[in-house]
Amino acid sequence: MHHPRSVLSRRATLLGLAAVATVRGISLALADAPGDQRFVVVILRGALDGLAAVVPYGDAALMGLRGGLVPKQPGTPEGMLDLGGFYGLHPAMPGLHGIYRAGGLLPVHAVSNGTGVRSHFVAQDHLELGSVKEEGITSGWLNRLAGLLARPGAATAKAGSESALAVGPSMPLLLRGPVPVGSWMPAGGGKIDPSFYAELAAMHGADPATGPAIQVALQERGFSAEALAGMAPMPNAGAFPALCAAAGRMLAAPAGPSLAALEVGGWDTHAHQAGRLPPVLKTLDDGLVALKDGLGEAWPRTVVLVVTEFGRTVRINGTQGTDHGTASVAFVLGGNVAGGRVGGRWPGLTGRNLFENRDLQPTNDLRGVAKGLLAQHFSLGDTALASVFPDSGTIPTMKGLLRA
Amino acid sequence: MDIRPIQAMIRFGLGRRGCETLPADPMAWLRGQLRDPDPALALPISSSLAGLEAHRLDRELKPVEGQPHRTELLWKADAPIAMRNLAETGHPFRERMVWFWANHFTVSLRRGEVRPLVLPYVQEAIRPHVTGRFTNMLGAVMRHPAMLWYLDNHDSMGPDSPAGIRNHRGLNENLARECLELHTVGAAAGYTQADVTAFARLLTGWSVDMGTASPGFAFMPERHEPGAKTLMGQTFPEGQAGGEAALTWLGNHPATFRRVAEKLVRHFCADQPTAADVKRINDVLRQTRGDLKAATLAVLDLPSAWQPLTKLRSPGDFVIASMRALDLPEAERPDMLGLMNHFGQPFMNAPLPNGWPDTATDWLDGEMLLRRADWAMGVAAKHPTIDPMALADDSLGALLGERSRSAIMRAASRRDAVALALAGPEFQRR
Repeated sequence: MHHPRSVLSRRATLLGLAAVATVRGISLALADAPGDQRFVVVILRGALDGLAAVVPYGDAALMGLRGGLVPKQPGTPEGMLDLGGFYGLHPAMPGLHGIYRAGGLLPVHAVSNGTGVRSHFVAQDHLELGSVKEEGITSGWLNRLAGLLARPGAATAKAGSESALAVGPSMPLLLRGPVPVGSWMPAGGGKIDPSFYAELAAMHGADPATGPAIQVALQERGFSAEALAGMAPMPNAGAFPALCAAAGRMLAAPAGPSLAALEVGGWDTHAHQAGRLPPVLKTLDDGLVALKDGLGEAWPRTVVLVVTEFGRTVRINGTQGTDHGTASVAFVLGGNVAGGRVGGRWPGLTGRNLFENRDLQPTNDLRGVAKGLLAQHFSLGDTALASVFPDSGTIPTMKGLLRA
Repeated sequence: MDIRPIQAMIRFGLGRRGCETLPADPMAWLRGQLRDPDPALALPISSSLAGLEAHRLDRELKPVEGQPHRTELLWKADAPIAMRNLAETGHPFRERMVWFWANHFTVSLRRGEVRPLVLPYVQEAIRPHVTGRFTNMLGAVMRHPAMLWYLDNHDSMGPDSPAGIRNHRGLNENLARECLELHTVGAAAGYTQADVTAFARLLTGWSVDMGTASPGFAFMPERHEPGAKTLMGQTFPEGQAGGEAALTWLGNHPATFRRVAEKLVRHFCADQPTAADVKRINDVLRQTRGDLKAATLAVLDLPSAWQPLTKLRSPGDFVIASMRALDLPEAERPDMLGLMNHFGQPFMNAPLPNGWPDTATDWLDGEMLLRRADWAMGVAAKHPTIDPMALADDSLGALLGERSRSAIMRAASRRDAVALALAGPEFQRR
């Protein structure tokens, strides 16, 4: 297998030298590369309800559409955490609010993959391939980025020194491809998301034999009946933050990986969302704070992009949850992020503005956000960006996501 | 939609392999497998002769410390062949019958010395007789060194035999008792301790000769209890012929046929077989004097045998069906022996001579079912390109319920979906 190699040496970047690297014939100009950049992608599998995480409480149509899912107003006990007067962060995410106030968090609202697909698998494929084409592209976009940034000799380097790292039990499509990528999971880690067991129990619910047996066994493992019914938080919330903390420490190491991917599930809140979503948001909040703490002094040269495959319906469904929708919210975090504001054009929630009269209208493409981050963070030009996101030529690169 | 083609593969076979062609005529497909000679007779599994020679060599030339025993090497070479065959065979109905009978006539690795003999036992004593007469299988089993060692008959001596007198040794009635209770007539037949003893006397001298150039079964006259013996009212002559006649009589006993019929119906129709179904198979066994092919084919004609998914997959069944559904290249196939152990049914390792149980209640340990789910998540993580809907549809067809189908389709990730396809309620059944 042929692995593209970069002639750009890590030492050159460390020395802050302007350099021109040639990868697969693509010129990659690095002007005064500031050094050991780190880039982390966190995939929220299952479709985060963006309207619940970053609530547009200033939109007059909101309460009429989903009053039952809107937390209390900012400034009240257990109320939303205000994000500048129009948006409020869900109260389960105080850690992110702290980062926001320090200027390091930039939520980007009304983002989507660029298709109206509502299948988790297809949409996650699009998200991770960085393409909405059904065929032709088989590597994840983070793997293609790793190819661009590859250290000399990385292709033959021994295991453990790869420039990109999957943190968790599986290698996401996002990182799969021709460039060798490492993976790491703590001993005894790789805990399975509790929402999987809830679905498994529900699936077996009608089986008079396996149904009760599985219910009892899950309770013995510490899942209450209420939790399995989605009425109470699931245990096991500490696994993701621990993974994040470890990932942060590995990334902060001088010879650590440049790129990393993590994922966390539990977002597919078809029922009882008001009870089921807050603990998952808190897990994410704890995880991202742990990641920042683990990164330590590397935080200013790190960008974290938190993405999901699509959003959820604006209206509440028949089981106090939300169904598969279109646009959601993405989070950009890091010490050099031009945060403390909410990015993305807000489409509005009044009737005509809803996508297919049910979903938040997408006004920003996730690839535009990612391209904007890569352009600034790794000083990638248009040609390099086009090699990471091949069919994104018409999608504008979002500007000003990082501080100049 | 006709569910019989997929049902034939799930209920009577070992689960559909990948997207292999569904039989257009499921009855013909099943009958054909019992008509053809068993292709697995040609598997390169060791012979019991090789197993016994390895035993002798291990005893005579102790392996260097830290080196594996020769008997262990044989098992290590044979077990993967058996696993591969289970995962890949194109005669899964016949193969299911092989393991059904191997379980009926259990020998277990819990007796360590039978380790190199258990797979030769299946090849030599079980496999050739799956479509033959019950008495022939019974005879082959009772003469096989694996069974003679497992149930201790090799050392049994008639107290009044020359060897018994000389060595002050006597009967070991283990094999005789289990043969009556488990292999043939069953405790309900009303035999007494005197019958057990008489049968044990009949079987004295049925042993394993390790002293010859080709070690194996031998009838040792000097260990045989002299005289005729009366078993359940029947008198049998002295000598090897007496034991053989007793086995033929037991193997054709109405109580044996009734038990075998019930076991067959339980395996294929329902945990609680109906009296009518058992009677039907029992009638066939009586009419044909224990023709197992006829009895097995008669099960196919029972309407209850086609009631879908009434049987819970035992751990072994689940592992085999999973391997067939995933249809991974052999190099990537998970360790089947390890999984059977992990899910609670270590291969060829039943705790007792009555073998593994065959009803859902016996396997309804929720934690063990969760282990199946946990493993499925791991497999899904390791093989991220598996298409979950194709996996579910191919392996279950129309037997996949709407509830499960939508759960798999709606699952929050491909990984969850693949795991739910393997851990969902339908896949736990056959």
